[in-house]
Amino acid sequence: MAKPKVATTSLAGCFGCHMSVLDIDDRILKLVELIDFDKSPIDDIKQLTVRCLVGLIEGGCCNEENVHVLQEFRNHCDILIALGDCATMGGIPALRNTIPLKECLDEAYRNGPTVYNPSGKIPNDPDIPLLLNKVYPVQEVVKIDYYLPGCPPSADTIWTALTALLSNRKIDLPYELIRYD
Amino acid sequence: MGVTLRTNTKKIVIEPVTRVEGHGKVTIVLDERKRVVQARLHIVEFRGFERFIQGRPFWEVPVLVQRLCGICPVSHHLAAAKAMDRIIGGEKLTPTAEKIRRLMHYGQIFQSHALHFFHLCSPDLLFGFDADVAVRNIVGVAAKYPELAVQGVMMRKYGQEIIKATAGKKIHGTGAVPGGVNKNLSIEERDSFLKDLDQMVRWARGALKIAKDYTVSKLEELAPFGSFESNHMSIVRPDGAMDLYDGRLRAIDAQGQKIFDRVDCQDYVDYIAEEVRPWSYMKFPFIRSLGPEVGWYRVGPLARVNTADFIDTAEAEAERKEFMAVTAGKPNNLTMAYHWARQIELLHAIEKIGSLLHDSDLQGSDLVVKGERRAEAVGIIEAPRGTLIHHYKVNSQDQVVMANLIVSTTHNNEPMNRAVEKVARDHLSGVEITEGLLNRVEVAIRAYDPCLSCATHALGQMSLTVELLDHQGRVLDVKSAR
Repeated sequence: MAKPKVATTSLAGCFGCHMSVLDIDDRILKLVELIDFDKSPIDDIKQLTVRCLVGLIEGGCCNEENVHVLQEFRNHCDILIALGDCATMGGIPALRNTIPLKECLDEAYRNGPTVYNPSGKIPNDPDIPLLLNKVYPVQEVVKIDYYLPGCPPSADTIWTALTALLSNRKIDLPYELIRYD
Repeated sequence: MGVTLRTNTKKIVIEPVTRVEGHGKVTIVLDERKRVVQARLHIVEFRGFERFIQGRPFWEVPVLVQRLCGICPVSHHLAAAKAMDRIIGGEKLTPTAEKIRRLMHYGQIFQSHALHFFHLCSPDLLFGFDADVAVRNIVGVAAKYPELAVQGVMMRKYGQEIIKATAGKKIHGTGAVPGGVNKNLSIEERDSFLKDLDQMVRWARGALKIAKDYTVSKLEELAPFGSFESNHMSIVRPDGAMDLYDGRLRAIDAQGQKIFDRVDCQDYVDYIAEEVRPWSYMKFPFIRSLGPEVGWYRVGPLARVNTADFIDTAEAEAERKEFMAVTAGKPNNLTMAYHWARQIELLHAIEKIGSLLHDSDLQGSDLVVKGERRAEAVGIIEAPRGTLIHHYKVNSQDQVVMANLIVSTTHNNEPMNRAVEKVARDHLSGVEITEGLLNRVEVAIRAYDPCLSCATHALGQMSLTVELLDHQGRVLDVKSAR
């Protein structure tokens, strides 16, 4: 029987949640006996190829590309997990939600003490995605099945949740694994 | 899909760039005769940290800004803490505080370089640039070279455990506070690290040997690969030694002549500027005195081994000499030499960890100092990927009122673009897009170990499709990664 597939992606996150997946350390060798990774930043597979059992989403949505990828994951994954605080509630990137986007762009590309920008233009090429007005948590865009809190969720949290799902058990996280820092 | 037609040109788009920890997108534009006229690495996301941390209390910053990047959070944590040390006038740390921070930092360098080498790069080195996509990852390495994969995993774990012991958490810790640290290292923690130290040193030597043998044995093939002459920049200790935690800025040209030297980090703004270009959210730094055209430079392991006069740990210094001998003592400008230089630093980091663990100052209890308050400060550190600059102004209400961040990968923006263009020119021919070509572009980018997430203070992911169009917009070839 083919192994179930797990796909992962990082949207408007910092990659810390992906690093926390790697912090399961040598258990990763056990994990790949149970599953196959589909599209993920840790391999070279760039498109979701088949139906996946689990999709792990790090980060919220801060640009149009994030929204497309998130929808692609929802369409291809049976179970979608919001991994970490940014996916769950926008996280630190959502601090910009209280500030007009233009002010953030001006600070980075016009006002900074080392900025050299004779034309005064802010990056706007068609090859870079449009920014959203705000940073959105993923459940405001698609239906999410599970939330794993933490910045990042600890490796044990991720391991416990994944192995429970893979063996069709209820996810039972002890109190100390449910935390938001 | 980002295919844009231009008059008499063809445009190839590669996205996302995987296994580079963060995200980018490559476009290659061809003219009518199928020659590469332009190649660009676009950084596709933007966060806005510089603006939205304004108004936050300064003591929160070391914990907050590391959320720029979960791959090397310790670097941001420490660069911000170093700046805030100065804000509270506590930049002269107690021996315990400075050594705990250094231990944290070398733990970070060790885990990051191990991660990059084993998890992200070893597939290229072990399987070649044309290998099947299905095996080009750490799982493929584990299947064919199980011992090596386990070493990579355990070395990363060792570094992560050091970070946890000094910062409180493996990712996004809280150990450094303005003026010092909030804990020392217990005897039990120290002994648990000493127990595995010899093993880690042996494995680091082994990793370095793989990178060295690979580079030396394939020197002719690798020499032109994505390579070009450039300036190099890093901080160095006042006596010219490699120092990844603290020092003064030095920049050299491709021949090794100094452009500036022993510049006080507080004055970085007089020496470096960043050009904004419309097609990338990542800016393009350059040395002010040389201007944006020729003033760009490289940072990171290759630049650091080139700029340092020597390394103050014995084994790494012997390796540095061997490295420099290949180019007769001149700076090495090979893109693929980054891997070798990075593993020299891996060995240096574990040597440093070893000597720190034997220092009883780590068990001291004098952790925090403060002095006369300042309104503005700069903190600079050598992160795994290169020079990291944090610059803040703080008002009398303790609020941040200005922040300027130049992260490691940003310094390497122009070099990465040059590397992509070089590879595209050398390896793209006709209308056939091969997996090998695509991966070669990524191999060149990967050599710089770009942490694109923090470079734009951002990241995201897209799906890879490459389309080749003729000048009338007809599709000649379409390739996906799988």
